[in-house]
Amino acid sequence: MRRTLGQRLDTMTRHSLPALFTLLLVVLNMVPLHIPGIARIMPVLPLIAVYHWSVYRPSLLPPSVVFAVGLLHDMLSGTPVGINALVYLTVYGIVVSQQRFLAGKPFFVVWLGFAVVSLIATVETWLFVSILSSTVVEVNAAVFQFMLNVGCFPPLAAIFLRYQQAFMSGE
Amino acid sequence: MNDRQRAVLRMAQPVKKATQRFAYVGFVVVAVALMLFGKIDTVVVERARTLMTDAVAPILSTIARPVDSISAFARRIDALWGLNAENERLREQNARLIQWQAVARKLEAENQALRGVLNYEDRRAVGYVTTRVIADTGRAFAHSLLVNAGNRAGIRKGQAVVTGHGLVGRISGVGSRSARILLLTDLSSRIPVVIEPGRIRAILAGDNSDRPHLIRLPPGTNLSPGDLVITSGHGGAFPVGLPVGVVATVSDVGIKVQPFVDRARLEIVRVVDYGLVGILDRETIDERPVTVTPLPARDAAVASPEDGFPPVAINPVSGQITGSPLP
Repeated sequence: MRRTLGQRLDTMTRHSLPALFTLLLVVLNMVPLHIPGIARIMPVLPLIAVYHWSVYRPSLLPPSVVFAVGLLHDMLSGTPVGINALVYLTVYGIVVSQQRFLAGKPFFVVWLGFAVVSLIATVETWLFVSILSSTVVEVNAAVFQFMLNVGCFPPLAAIFLRYQQAFMSGE
Repeated sequence: MNDRQRAVLRMAQPVKKATQRFAYVGFVVVAVALMLFGKIDTVVVERARTLMTDAVAPILSTIARPVDSISAFARRIDALWGLNAENERLREQNARLIQWQAVARKLEAENQALRGVLNYEDRRAVGYVTTRVIADTGRAFAHSLLVNAGNRAGIRKGQAVVTGHGLVGRISGVGSRSARILLLTDLSSRIPVVIEPGRIRAILAGDNSDRPHLIRLPPGTNLSPGDLVITSGHGGAFPVGLPVGVVATVSDVGIKVQPFVDRARLEIVRVVDYGLVGILDRETIDERPVTVTPLPARDAAVASPEDGFPPVAINPVSGQITGSPLP
């Protein structure tokens, strides 16, 4: 059965939106919120998106896109270039290799999986920033950031799941 | 789908998987290479970063505005609660400030008279650029802000950024319509300061915590919480006397400084052009190797007083001082 041009465009749009939204999330993550104390421990929201799509639809977020997301994050955030690109790729690699275990599991297990992956990501970032700046970077902010990451997962994941149900359930 | 197509798909599957894996490893290698490259050649990376920031700045600027309005609205609601108490407090403060105003007027007149006697040339700011903070970046691992004005508005690398409360940081990268502010709490921020009373020299070093610490203190110095920290102007990077913060804690681990500027409240900042060229800007060094090395005579004078006298005391106009300017 041949599909019409309109149908193909429609599928293309639905399939490219997760990647585009992940890129947008990098930018949104940097909008100043003016909440006292939040700036230092703001959660890394794109990490949640990368994790979620790697678990459910890795084909929508190929390594090239993960790399691009990380690079954009590095460029905008002022951290040494390459760190976040590597961290996001690590997350992607771990999740895709464990995909059989994670996909289809109850939400709580997926959330727990994110906590583990997020911990690895935080430690990795901390390690590379410390090495590249040749000092031991303060740990406190990183710990709080990790906790906020885990806390922010359910609402964002709920949005992504709703998107999947609405636009991709037939596939 | 017929059998032939299915067979093709089955054969193509492992090939596709292998390509994906190859791509993944490739991107990991590129990321590591970028990290090393960024360490070696900072200029190229800096330029790429500025280009990217410039491209995203309009988006950020658009999003930041409604967020600013919402937070302003929330603050107004918050202020309504304690309106009466706030009024009372302000009335008291007003009464106190009127006294201070009288003192300040007297001191200003006296200052002017003394400057006249000393033939002192005031080095005021050459120009201000007022700009909006559009992004708070870096989070736990780097402290920087983006503002929506760049070299088109006259912002240059190394300029000081201030608010009404004090020093925010310095400009660390400039695009055509955006610029990056390195906050004084960032890991790589080093600011020459003096601590009052006593005019003790030190370097204020950021460490990614909310409170930067003092390093390079002269041995045997005695500081206590509440001491004032201001910029010293050494090295020609910052003008003299910008308020930075107060000494917060003194312990064996180090001396922490509480900055006057609250990062969460930054919406509008001022970039100040004091016409100083002392900051180690690689591009200026490359272009004009001569201008950077010797500071102008006045700056040298500013950098030299050891004994607590203000820089004017060095000005070689001693003939006029002998007449005793004090009443």
